[in-house]
Amino acid sequence: MNDRSRRRSLVTGVTSAPYQLWAVLFILVPLAFVAYYAFTDNAFHFTTANIARFFTATSPVTDAGGSPVQVRTYMVIAWRSVKLAVIATAVCLLLGYPLAYIISRAPAKVQKTMMTLIMIPMWMNFLIRTYAWMTILQDTGILNNLLAALHLRRVHIIGTQTAVIIGMVYDYLPYMILPLYSIMAKMDHRLIEAARDLGCAPAGVLRRVILPLSMPGVVNGVTMVLIPSISTFYISQKLGDGMFFLLGDAIEGQYVAGNLHFAAAIAFILMVALLAAMALMRRLTGKYTYGGAAA
Amino acid sequence: MAKKIIELKNITKSFDGQVVLDDICLDIYDNEFLTLLGPSGCGKTTLLRLIGGFETPDAGDILFLGQRINDLPPHKRNVNTVFQRYALFPHLSVFENVAFALRERKAPREEIEARVEEMLSMVALTGFENRSVTRLSGGQQQRVAIARALVGRPRVLLLDEPLAALDLKLRKDMQQELKKIQKATGVTFVFVTHDQEEALSMSDTIVVISEGRIQQIGASTDVYNEPKNAFVADFIGESNIVDGVMLADRSVSFSGHTFDCVDGGFERNEPVDVVVRPEDVDIVPEDKGMLRGVVTSVTFMGVHYEVIVDIGGFKWMIQTTDFVDVDERIGLYIEPDAIHIMKKSEYSGLYGDYASFSNEFDELSDAESEAEE
Repeated sequence: MNDRSRRRSLVTGVTSAPYQLWAVLFILVPLAFVAYYAFTDNAFHFTTANIARFFTATSPVTDAGGSPVQVRTYMVIAWRSVKLAVIATAVCLLLGYPLAYIISRAPAKVQKTMMTLIMIPMWMNFLIRTYAWMTILQDTGILNNLLAALHLRRVHIIGTQTAVIIGMVYDYLPYMILPLYSIMAKMDHRLIEAARDLGCAPAGVLRRVILPLSMPGVVNGVTMVLIPSISTFYISQKLGDGMFFLLGDAIEGQYVAGNLHFAAAIAFILMVALLAAMALMRRLTGKYTYGGAAA
Repeated sequence: MAKKIIELKNITKSFDGQVVLDDICLDIYDNEFLTLLGPSGCGKTTLLRLIGGFETPDAGDILFLGQRINDLPPHKRNVNTVFQRYALFPHLSVFENVAFALRERKAPREEIEARVEEMLSMVALTGFENRSVTRLSGGQQQRVAIARALVGRPRVLLLDEPLAALDLKLRKDMQQELKKIQKATGVTFVFVTHDQEEALSMSDTIVVISEGRIQQIGASTDVYNEPKNAFVADFIGESNIVDGVMLADRSVSFSGHTFDCVDGGFERNEPVDVVVRPEDVDIVPEDKGMLRGVVTSVTFMGVHYEVIVDIGGFKWMIQTTDFVDVDERIGLYIEPDAIHIMKKSEYSGLYGDYASFSNEFDELSDAESEAEE
């Protein structure tokens, strides 16, 4: 290594040091603690009991016929979490994709305004947003009053799965729109014209050009919505009336109850599962990244 | 007479109240290489986009083989485009880019493979099938774009400044190649460029456009030798354009001398624009010249010298292989057939004087910057 490159690497080293320190202190160390707690008991002896408990613990419930049965508690919770998160993510994608596309094709000024409108709810605290939805969706809330005023039938939403999904979609939709919009805004309009020129009707352009080119945005958007909605706890408590106990609620519950080691175990399992899911998704959609398929 | 493929009838187009195309009438014939030539912003790209279907005219009709296609969307037109900077699909390989139009038609697999191979061999890219288009050089991307546009056998290929992004050497090669491809396929090419040399060397027909209006339509030699007005004379090649008076048929007076010429058909004493190409002027001893002047600048251009001569306050450009020196007094001799007479037009007086010629400016600014140091 010559003098100049040594000096440069020293400069990079010094300037990046604070960020590296930050990463170690606030990302790696906490993750290590989660793993450490997950694999130890109250006396900090190594154990896999916490992990095993997640997979084996059972609780009694009543089945559809009214007779009591034993179910694997956390498997049921995990399945419910995944289901709601996947539905919420899918709804976000279905709402966000066309919206992001429309915004990205609008005149520059309109684009700015639209993006600001989408960002504004994020300036409000997420608890307050969730409370707002409670007042809207309650049986005597704004929505039902409105329906009554229009002489329409009242609807019962609060405390249902729908309410939880509405809450998730509302809170996380911007995280879907932002990455989609940013990739679509960068998309070269002439590619769309080229596809039209080569015989594609508008639907063909969407399927053969816009969709594959926006795939990296879809992957990012799905990641950014799926992860928070799978681990959310507050929305389900407030909008689900506590009827839809999710993984986030389980972690919070165990933590509040002082079971730090089991709370850490649930968080650890969730983290590993999400990492695996993300890796799989990236692999499946990898061929859509710019630069084309590897020959 | 060859068959008309595209007819543009009184096409007018404005953007935000700005007239971009003004009453354009143009016939495009089967199997010709037609070039739309003009400075940037003259409307030539808009004209191409109208034919491609990406814009609709405000007034006038576009006919394709006699059928009105004003409102036909681009994917239903038997016309393909080579876009400026190519617009290749970055998520597809070379093969898939070229196969794009055939896949849209759901052509059988054997046909797709055969056609794509045929196109790739035509543009000398056999063996590049699986490459990513983002890893090709500019020239290679250009070839893929041409193959992609021709694979569906369009009747007309539109090319929007396709060579602008290439370096000079490659551009020359591609000019030859495009011409060859046009001959081999028999597809009508409509080629947009602002490069007059490119237009002259490639085209069967040149359409010179300025400010949204067609100035002249003709073969390369016609627009060069018989420019219709001062704009065309100036834009295509170098020209000395001076005010003259037509004394009678085949007799014109300019710069204080009466010349024999070959043009006629003007009114007696009609004011005209006179064009003399720099390469058509001979330098002779001062006393033998029809015109006399002082050399103000000499630039070595390789094959020839570019000499600026001040004749009664008007600066002429002369291209010569004889060496003359700055401040030398010389005579000019002009053959009758080197003099081209044009009617006066809105462009008269705007072009053709080399008083503000860039080489002189370069010298001036060089001198100034040296003085400052």
